[in-house]
Amino acid sequence: MSVAVAKHGEVKHNYLNAGDTVLSWLLTTDHKRIAVLYLVSVTLFFAVGGLLALLIRLELLTPQGDLMTSENYNRVFTMHGVVMIFLFLIPAIPAVLGNFLVPLMVGARDLAFPRLNLASWYVYMAGGLIATWAMVNGGVDTGWTFYPPYSSSYSTSQVTLTIIGAFLIGFSSIFTGINFIVTIHKMRAPGLTWFRLPLFIWAHYATSVIIVLGTPVVAITLLLVAVERVFRLGIFDPALGGDPILFQHLFWFYSHPAVYIMILPAMGVISEVVACFSRKRVFGYHFVAFSSVAIAVIGFLVWGHHMFTTGQSVYAGMVFSLLSFLVAVPSAVKVFNWTATMYKGHIEFRAPMLYVMGFLGLFVIGGLTGLFLASLATDIHLQDTYFVVAHFHYIMVGGTIFGYLAGLHFWWPKMTGRMYPEGIAKLAALIIFAGFNLTFLPQFVLGYLGMPRRYHWYPEEWQMLHVMSSAGAALLGIGYILPVFYLLWSLRNGALAGPNPWGATGLEWKTDSPPITHNFEETPIVTEEPYAYENHHQQEEVASGTGASTAEA
Amino acid sequence: MVQEQAQQKLSIQFEDIAQQNESYIVGMWTFLVTEIMFFGGLFATYLVYRVANQEVFWEAHRHLSIPLGFFNTCVLLTSSLTMALTVHYSQRGLRKQQLLWLLVTMALACTFLVVKGFEYHHKFVEGLIPGANFRFEPAEHMRVAQLFFSLYFAMTGLHALHVIIGVLVMTILAVLIAIKHPSVQDFIPIELTGLYWHFVDIVWIFLFPLLYLIPR
Ligand code: HEM
Ligand SMILES: [Cu+2]
Repeated sequence: MSVAVAKHGEVKHNYLNAGDTVLSWLLTTDHKRIAVLYLVSVTLFFAVGGLLALLIRLELLTPQGDLMTSENYNRVFTMHGVVMIFLFLIPAIPAVLGNFLVPLMVGARDLAFPRLNLASWYVYMAGGLIATWAMVNGGVDTGWTFYPPYSSSYSTSQVTLTIIGAFLIGFSSIFTGINFIVTIHKMRAPGLTWFRLPLFIWAHYATSVIIVLGTPVVAITLLLVAVERVFRLGIFDPALGGDPILFQHLFWFYSHPAVYIMILPAMGVISEVVACFSRKRVFGYHFVAFSSVAIAVIGFLVWGHHMFTTGQSVYAGMVFSLLSFLVAVPSAVKVFNWTATMYKGHIEFRAPMLYVMGFLGLFVIGGLTGLFLASLATDIHLQDTYFVVAHFHYIMVGGTIFGYLAGLHFWWPKMTGRMYPEGIAKLAALIIFAGFNLTFLPQFVLGYLGMPRRYHWYPEEWQMLHVMSSAGAALLGIGYILPVFYLLWSLRNGALAGPNPWGATGLEWKTDSPPITHNFEETPIVTEEPYAYENHHQQEEVASGTGASTAEA
Repeated sequence: MVQEQAQQKLSIQFEDIAQQNESYIVGMWTFLVTEIMFFGGLFATYLVYRVANQEVFWEAHRHLSIPLGFFNTCVLLTSSLTMALTVHYSQRGLRKQQLLWLLVTMALACTFLVVKGFEYHHKFVEGLIPGANFRFEPAEHMRVAQLFFSLYFAMTGLHALHVIIGVLVMTILAVLIAIKHPSVQDFIPIELTGLYWHFVDIVWIFLFPLLYLIPR
């Protein structure tokens, strides 16, 4: 375990050395320790999902289906999707970084309901283990979308078990969402008004609202699929009197907002990092804050863009198309504001900043291709092709995972008290960026040429593009493995970080690294706006001359 | 003794009792929002099918007993009143009255469940449980009627599950209050249970007309 050592050599108390038995971890209610529990778990599931992805890319190296049967291929891509979305992307940033940082950033000693927080981890693990059990006992082959009637009446795979797993994981995110909402409403430090909150908090607030409103709907919907499957009640299967389109409406009512559950927290990370390493306040703070809320609201009105070709009326399609264009506006507002933040800033190219820049480019590509898909006429050609696959990977991998890695590096010194090694971290960021683009750029072309998603064989003439994509995936794999090693290495060997290695603003930097169990020696009082980098900058200059006039917070 | 009753335990993460109490209440409301969305998915499903099959749903709903449903509605509404009284007395720290009205609420909740059990039993006898043994006249409406009863059991079943959870929670609270356990010295546990219970009642207020009172 890493232990920060004070100057005169005695070991300081912090949350990591507050207890070292296994039980002290399994029964902890400290939000920081729960974040670490989540960090370990989501990393493991990410590894599982990643291995499944490598299997997919290995199969697609050749036009024939020679590595596995069609049935097994269905299982592999389904489990890749289920693991990555439900077990990694949705919890990754909120449950790891959010858990760690929300109380610190609002100046509280813990989340409002620490035991509920621990329960959320256990429920998550139960769901994860049930899903894993389903995987090793035959797997699932419905796609992560569980469309009936295939999922309820025809598939012979472990649909019910997987659904139970997803249901539980949903409840674990609901617990986290409730905790964040209450904490942000009720536990802000004195002086920390809503518009002094870091944008990371705004993003997590919006995310929690989506979680609380959306997740129960998908939970009941998946439950109905399971009920139809087990008891043969006709709810979605037309052969039993049900309506499969209704399932799609209910499913996407959650699952489109769910994509914002995945991206909004990443956007919160970007705001923090971009301000710190540009040494400027975030341009248009209020716009960035309210765009999170706008995304949360409008995001609930666009689900029909997943159903343009599946039996929704043309007029509904037109309305959903229009609304989908509307939802791109707040996302674009954010991108413009981050770019404007960097303009004339003193940019430091640290590893987190490299990820941020990667995020900006990739998110723009992902978002713009979303607009292609949101246009009725183009979507008829592109629906269910690799174009869609490339679109969402640009956002989920290029956006969310880049944001996650940016945040993990940025707050690693805070979480562990140690610096990560900068050189190799930058190298990994570059490898990931290169590997990512090599993997997914060709998929836009493939999709445009007509390669359908979820097939494991294809005409010979597309092999070149598939080989590029698989090579990229291998590179990407290397890029993801590197941080595992150097971050673990840094736990013992990294340079000591000190409370604020980046010279960042924000309450989390005003306490020790790693923080003590209840975060602050005394409750902090906030007297200034967030991201007051310029003030501090001037202050330093002024301090050497005539003396500072503005009070330090 | 009286002093002890007024004293609440402050958890470490909160600054003061007011903040703690408000947090619990905001948390409960947020949880109830998720519950509304949870039932909302089911209500939406029901409404879609009812609009599409008004005629057969009307036929099928005649197999439900309006008197029993009405009786249960009254029972639950009364239980909301008694729950409000429980909360009222607990805020004033009057333990005996609080316990009394809590027990009355529990009795009403159990009455509701028993009546519901009889209704389910009738359906079973009449062969209206969806599945292989489902029987319905006229036969050409069987499929849609089965859909109606699938939804009927799903919705009332989920609601009944909430009632059962409510009874369990109230039982625990009643025991704790009876033995003067420190964790129920203040009104927050009862207040939260009260919020939950009113929610459960409101769900029934929607279920009853939607399922039992379908217009032609
Ligand atoms: C700029 C806003 C966005 C727009 C206009 C947009 C539009 C679309 C459209 C129209 C589709 C359906 C394509 C089809 O099936 O034919 C789609 C699919 C998808 N999008 Fe987006 N999108 C946006 C942002 C996002 C974000 C932020 C994420 C994830 C973090 C995301 C993840 C996905 C996923 C996972 C799918 C595929 C779902 C499936 O498996 O069928 N999208 N998007
Ligand atoms: Cu969508």
